[in-house]
Amino acid sequence: MSANLIGLLYDATLQTLYMVAVSALLGTLFGLPLGVFLATSQRGELMSAPWWNTVLGLVVNAARSIPFIILVVAIIPFTRWVAGTSIGTTAAIVPLTLAATPFIARLVENAIREVDAGLIEAARAMGATPVQIIRKVLIPEALPGLVLGLTLAVVSLIGYSAMVGAVGGEGLGDLGIRYGYQRFMPDVMLAVVVILIVMVQLVQSAGEWIARLVDKRAPRNRGG
Amino acid sequence: MSQPANPTAAAIRFDAVEKALAAQGKGRVVALRDVTLEVPPGAICGIIGRSGAGKSTLLRMVNGLERPSSGTVTVAGHDVGRAKGAGLRRIRRDVGMIFQHFNLLASRTVYGNIALPLEIAGLPAAEIRSRVSDLIARVGLEAQAKRYPAELSGGQKQRVGIARALATRPKVLLSDEATSALDPETTQTVLALLRDINRDLGLTILLITHEMGVVRDIASDMAVIDAGRIVEAGPTHDVFVSPQHPTTRSFLSGVTGINLPGFIAARMQDSRPDGPAQEVIRVTFSGSHATDPMLARLASEMGTEANILAGAVEEIGTRPFGNLLISVDAAKGAAARGFLDRHGLMTEVMGYVR
Repeated sequence: MSANLIGLLYDATLQTLYMVAVSALLGTLFGLPLGVFLATSQRGELMSAPWWNTVLGLVVNAARSIPFIILVVAIIPFTRWVAGTSIGTTAAIVPLTLAATPFIARLVENAIREVDAGLIEAARAMGATPVQIIRKVLIPEALPGLVLGLTLAVVSLIGYSAMVGAVGGEGLGDLGIRYGYQRFMPDVMLAVVVILIVMVQLVQSAGEWIARLVDKRAPRNRGG
Repeated sequence: MSQPANPTAAAIRFDAVEKALAAQGKGRVVALRDVTLEVPPGAICGIIGRSGAGKSTLLRMVNGLERPSSGTVTVAGHDVGRAKGAGLRRIRRDVGMIFQHFNLLASRTVYGNIALPLEIAGLPAAEIRSRVSDLIARVGLEAQAKRYPAELSGGQKQRVGIARALATRPKVLLSDEATSALDPETTQTVLALLRDINRDLGLTILLITHEMGVVRDIASDMAVIDAGRIVEAGPTHDVFVSPQHPTTRSFLSGVTGINLPGFIAARMQDSRPDGPAQEVIRVTFSGSHATDPMLARLASEMGTEANILAGAVEEIGTRPFGNLLISVDAAKGAAARGFLDRHGLMTEVMGYVR
């Protein structure tokens, strides 16, 4: 493999990391409050707003139904409005974030719903406001589940990022298609796949390690 | 501000409280009906009832986790049932609560759990530190301060729960079956801690339980709840000595620990048979009489000899309380009961044995 190709692989890896990192960050920024709201807004719950819960639930489901590759091209005008361009790595962050947000919201909702209702009752009995209950009880108690959920989201985003080549998003997936497939360079394809495998393994291991670190529910892994 | 607390008034007052719940497929189910109950300041009031009797609903009204459908619930002069938002949250800081399953945050240490209500109340960090240290010392968990709940025993977890409930210096402590998940020995240490807190801090404690032993060991006052109604209420000692309602009696039979030996119970009959027979009498004595040698006097003054079938003397609300099952010659039964009644004991004919 030539030095030129190695340079291409290196650049593509950085592009993928950049797209995934920024879209995961933005997806969490939007998805976390959305997920918390979905988990606490059914009738009789902490932030009871059943109508909004239903509407946002439908929107989230609709967004998650759209195949990612279609989402990427369908929202090109929106992407251009947000990013100033519809082509390139930065532009690709827009559809990635839009796909990540509802996904993360559902993962957050599931993690929050795992928290024992008795803890919410205890916090209410202390005179906590709904916001205090969310900040001091629900999110800290759901943290191990939240970390694992975000890990899953990042791994999914690494997969999605391979499709943004369709709008000139570049990155590893795009490199694999253009060189490995269209130019018949199987060594490039192999290299791309190996890098992606390593990336996913690292993300998954790191996520599980952090989740264990923040999980105080069982007296294990505390160094004896 | 809401109206000021009247120091002479009850710490907790239920006034004609009703609670109807919407139940699936059954329309409305009445959980509580016409509950009127006063808990005086500094009392430990035990509410006993079977599961589903409504005691949990009753307890949760005191801090507004449940609202009455009608009637009023007053805590230290504040109408909890109608309080909302910030006013309700302020009342809740005056009412601590402990739970059967502790409800501690797994993500926080002992220290962090006790600090939580103070963080919620918005106290400065230095104040939180000093209060939490004091509370940890009070419940004897200095060595566990940095441990997580998963590393504690059930008794230790409930101590954390108690310290957390006391953190905001409440006037009232609610206990929701706080010892039901603990073994008997741990139950005693937790009850002793509650008694100490009641004495040292003058805290009013309202507890619900299905164990008469808990009421006997700690409650100064008690109420029996059955199918959403208070069927009996009063000082614990009085209720134990002369229970009026069948539900109370059935709870009591579990703790007063006396039942007829099987061979006698099997031969008992309700009406007096012809010929020689023995009358089985339950004698209940309390207060100063509990230690008088009444049966000896029955023999010496009345010439009636009594067989002791079963008996126990216990202490309830610091007063002795005894229960004795005796049998006497049926012909002399009425006279013996008259003698015992005249001397302040309570008697009840349970049946006859040939």
